This record gives sequence, C-alpha cells and structure tokens, in this order.
Amino acid sequence: MINITTPLNKGTYKQPNIYGYYGNYGGAYIPEMLHRNVEELRTRYLEIMYDDAFQKEYKDLLRDYVGRPTPLYLAKRLSKLHNTNIYLKREDLNHTGAHKINNTVGQILLALKLGKKRIIAETGAGQHGVATATVCALKGIECVVYMGSKDIERQAPNVARMKMLGAKVVPATSGSQTLKDATNEAIRGWINDPLDTHYIIGSVVGPHPYPDMVARFQSIISEETRWQLKEKTGSELPTHVMACVGGGSNAAGMFYHYLDELSVQLVAVEAAGHGVNSGMSAATTQLGKPGILHGSKSLVMQTADGQVVEPHSISAGLDYPGVGPLHAHLYESGRGTFLSATDDESLKAAFELAQLEGIIPALESAHALAALHQMKFKTSDQVVICLSGRGDKDLATYMKVMEGNVM
Amino acid sequence: MNRLEELFTRKQSRILNVYCTAGYPQLDSTVKVMKTLQENGADLIELGMPYSDPLADGPVIQASGSKALENGMSIEVLFQQLKDFRKEIYVPVILMGYMNPVLQFGFEKFCQYCADAPIDGLILPDLPEYEYETEYGEIIQRYGLDFIFLVTPETSEERIRKLDSLSRGFLYAVSSSSITGSDQDFSAVETYLERLQKMKLKNPILVGFGIKDKHTFDMACSYANGAIIGSAYIKAIEDANDVETATKTFLDTILI
Repeated sequence: MINITTPLNKGTYKQPNIYGYYGNYGGAYIPEMLHRNVEELRTRYLEIMYDDAFQKEYKDLLRDYVGRPTPLYLAKRLSKLHNTNIYLKREDLNHTGAHKINNTVGQILLALKLGKKRIIAETGAGQHGVATATVCALKGIECVVYMGSKDIERQAPNVARMKMLGAKVVPATSGSQTLKDATNEAIRGWINDPLDTHYIIGSVVGPHPYPDMVARFQSIISEETRWQLKEKTGSELPTHVMACVGGGSNAAGMFYHYLDELSVQLVAVEAAGHGVNSGMSAATTQLGKPGILHGSKSLVMQTADGQVVEPHSISAGLDYPGVGPLHAHLYESGRGTFLSATDDESLKAAFELAQLEGIIPALESAHALAALHQMKFKTSDQVVICLSGRGDKDLATYMKVMEGNVM
Repeated sequence: MNRLEELFTRKQSRILNVYCTAGYPQLDSTVKVMKTLQENGADLIELGMPYSDPLADGPVIQASGSKALENGMSIEVLFQQLKDFRKEIYVPVILMGYMNPVLQFGFEKFCQYCADAPIDGLILPDLPEYEYETEYGEIIQRYGLDFIFLVTPETSEERIRKLDSLSRGFLYAVSSSSITGSDQDFSAVETYLERLQKMKLKNPILVGFGIKDKHTFDMACSYANGAIIGSAYIKAIEDANDVETATKTFLDTILI
C-alpha cells in the first residue's frame, strides 16, 4: 500500500491536491451533467487502484497479456553518435504497439470495479482507440471510440483494427474533425449516457482525477526503469529522462518516479510541426496561454479571443492544442526542460534510429529522439528515452519520404 | 431590485426564456433577434457567447456558434453591440458561455462590462462550484451579477440544496442528463421535476434541455416556474429569410 492521502495545499509534482491542482494547473471544469461520474471517480480511484487484489490483477495482465516488463535497451550505436550512454525504454514492444495499453488495462479494471457496462474513448492516431478496443474485447465489454472524421481517413489501418476488435467507431464531424473534436464528442457522449458508461481518457488530460489516474497507470514505465537501470549501471537514477509530449501520457509515465529526484533532468519534447512560429505547430508550452480545455486548466493554444486553435504536427498523436496540467506545472516551475522538434527533424530521427539500431519508431517517439541533437551530453551521462510506440502505423508517411528521396 | 428579481416577483409561472446565439444568424443581428424575442413573448433572454469547444451544447447550437464565430463574433464585439441595447431591450438578459474565452477577455473586466451593459446574470456551465466559491463568485457578486447553477436528475438532494444556495436569479434544471436538443422520454423527467418542486428551493426553477414545443413547455411549466428553449428556436430561424416572422411564428406555437 502506498500513501494515498492527498495534500490540501498546492499539490506536489507527483500528486495534485484534492481539487486536482498541480500548482496553478488542473481542476475539474466540467458541466454539472458530468459531476456525478467524475465525483464518483475522484472519491474512489485511489482506493480501488491501490487495493491489493486490484494491483495483482493489473500487474498480472501487464505481465502476461501486455508483455511487461518492457526492455531497457542500451542503444550502442545511437550512444556513439551522441558520445554518451542512451537507453531506450521499449514501450513499442507492448501489445498493440505503444504505451497506451498500460492505461487502458488499468482503467478497464477500474471501470469494472465501478460496475460500468460500457466504455467510450477518444482517439487521434488510433493508438489509444486500439488499446481501448483491445481491453474491451478482453473483458467482453461494449466499446465506442470517437475519432475525428479527418483522422478516420488518414488512419485507416487503426480504424480497421478497432472494428475487427469489435468496437464501434463514431466519426466526430464537428470543428476541425481531429483529436480535439473527438474528445469533445466523447465528453458529449458521456453526458448523454452517464449511468453505465466509463470514459477512458487516453492521456494525462481532462478533469481531475484523470490526469493523476492516467499518470499513475503509466508510472509503470519509470517504476521498471529504476530497477532495470540499477541492474545495468548500479544506480536507479539516470542523468536525463526524455519523452515526447502531446497530451503527455508517456512523458508522465517516464517522469513519474523521477519527479522528486532533482538530480534527474526531465526533458519533454513537443511537436514543432513546420517550426514553432510557422503557424503550423503543436508546441503548446511555447505557443499556449493559460486556459481551460477538456475540463482542466492548463496551457492551451488559442486565439486572443480565447477560441482554441487547431495545431499541426506530422504525428497525429502529438497533434493536440493542450497539454496535461502536470506538464504545464513542470514547465512553469522550471522542473521540466521543454524542447520541440519539427516534422522534418523527427522524420530524420526515425530513419536514424531505424538504420542505427534496427528499430522503426512511431513518429511521436521520433520527436524525443530528434531532440537528442539539441542536447549537450557528457560522455558519463546516462540518458533514458521513452520509445513510446512502434512505427508500423506510420509506414505510409515513411514510404512517402523514401519515394521523395528526402533521406 | 434587478430585472430578474423584478420578473420573478411579477410572474411566477409560464416564464419563457429563449436562448439565442450572439452574432447569429448575422454578426449584427444580435440585438435585433433579442428585440424580436421580446416583442413576441420571451420573458427572459439567454444570450450565448460562441466558443470553439462547447462541451455542453448539442449539434444545432454548436452549428450556430460556429457560424457566429465565422461571422466574426467575439466577447469584444459582443460588448460593442450591447453598448446601447438597453434603449430597446427591457427584459432581463443573461449571458451563457464557457470559461476559456471569458478568462482570456479577463474575468473581472468581463464582469465589469456585463454590469455596464447592463447584463443581469451569467451561466457558465464549466465553472464548477468549488472555483466559484474560492475565486470567481466574489467577483461576480461584486459587480451585482446573478449567477445561475445547473442541476440534473443525477444531482443529489444535498448538492441541489447547495447549488440552490449559491445560485442567484434562478436555478437551471437540466431536464435530463443529456446535451441540448436531444429527444427523451418525459415521464422520468416529470418524476424529477416533481422532486425538485417538493424541495421548496429558494430560487425559481426554469427547466431547460429538450423543451422544443408547446407540449414540452406546458409540461415543464406544470412543475416549474418556466422553461428555456434553445435548439428548437435556433432550428426555427436557421434557414429563415425573415428572422422576425420566423420568431413570431415559432413563439406563437409555444404560447398559444
């Protein structure tokens, strides 16, 4: 059992206060129609999650079904290129190909404990949708995934996977028809059908307690990294941990057990798109202002009039105009270092990893790899990068690059 | 006595609150639409401030908001339009909108502009009671604005009493746990409204969501002080060449 009391003050990096605040960010800005569901979750999530039987079932599934622990791999040729020691935390080797399933396995078990009979989720690139459809199939529960109609067009293989797993994919036709609007539709879907439905949010966003709950389910990433690194180097603490950030779930998981280890530099890499100031970017901490999106106060990309703008990234998983409140707090407090990588830099980094290490990364993860070139490492540094997903889903994009002889 | 108090003192039943979107159907039609509503029987007007991500709105109101944003509506523009609106509009007007645009405008500045217009009250569905009590409620009250909380069939009795104690103006009873414009079975709604009626709350109750015609308006009015019509009205004017005639025709069918 871990300590599950929540602080009344401004919260810590690891734990928001009881109203869901990390510093100035968080909270639960939801319409009354969602109050009962969110309040039920808020008052019960920690007690359910840290129940011994729950933990056993969760950990058993992670081991036997998801394939954890994922390896911590010393990438020797990549290390040589950067003249330091770079470890890859291989979340790409999870079942369904990304870290997303760590959270969906946890939330489906939690939904069952709450007596819910139906699951809804939003998805952008389709990774979270597939991970949700997968656990719903595993538990025999009805699953509805909201997906922007533009994303349905550009992510056909994942749409097919969700359907084959028995999920219903509902197109979000409002607004810009991408992840932001899929999330709006999922929330509206929850408002319309609140009683037996649980909403599995895929990132560390949304009203409290979602950011904290998702971060805790993803914290398995850094929990494993600590003992794995100790086996390899004799110390649980690297000098740097790095991860890409859209909403920020893999970064939250990679950072979690290092948040209070101040010797460890936390490096978050956002998607710069065509360049931070190009007007075609998704670098929320650089471009956003404090605001409210999808139920929490955080940094939000928006116009001067407070209308949320549509971001751009080549990676659908990072194409989000907000960022989780934990990350907004890490940014504002200076605890986190926030970098960004452009579409082109990330494509280059994806081919670099493929050809140096024989690993084809997801475009999202390639952003974290691209940022290696912006860092100055010592030869003695120990750097852990979260390789959050595999590149199969991005093959069409990679093929275009090769056809265009860009590389 | 402000306009809302005056209204509820004068009239306790069959109060008709109609929702319209600022800047819809045309950017500069805001005041004209309100005037038409006032002339055709609306006791109270809920004026929606369009937002890119309106979580608690159904497709019809979402579409009107998108159109209004395309037309160039913003809070800044809205307050310009409201400069002299009290020369024509004497019914109470409350603004409905989402927190993000209001925060960008500046929360206190927003309240000040509302008081100057003057606007009578606010509905901000994504401002929860915790934030209201700790930060924003004091500002809202300082500028003399009423604030209206929502309750739903899922809201516990204890919480209904709390939200009633925080509300000023009226209490907004969401007819079902669903977004605006949806169809629903009204028998469950009647049970819920009866329960609210029996609680003898401090505020008058107006029922919203799913009120779309004479039948549903009459039903709501048999349990509450009145009702709010949103999507059905927007639908009635969305393709109309003449908004004034469409408004009259629509409200006549409700109030007949």
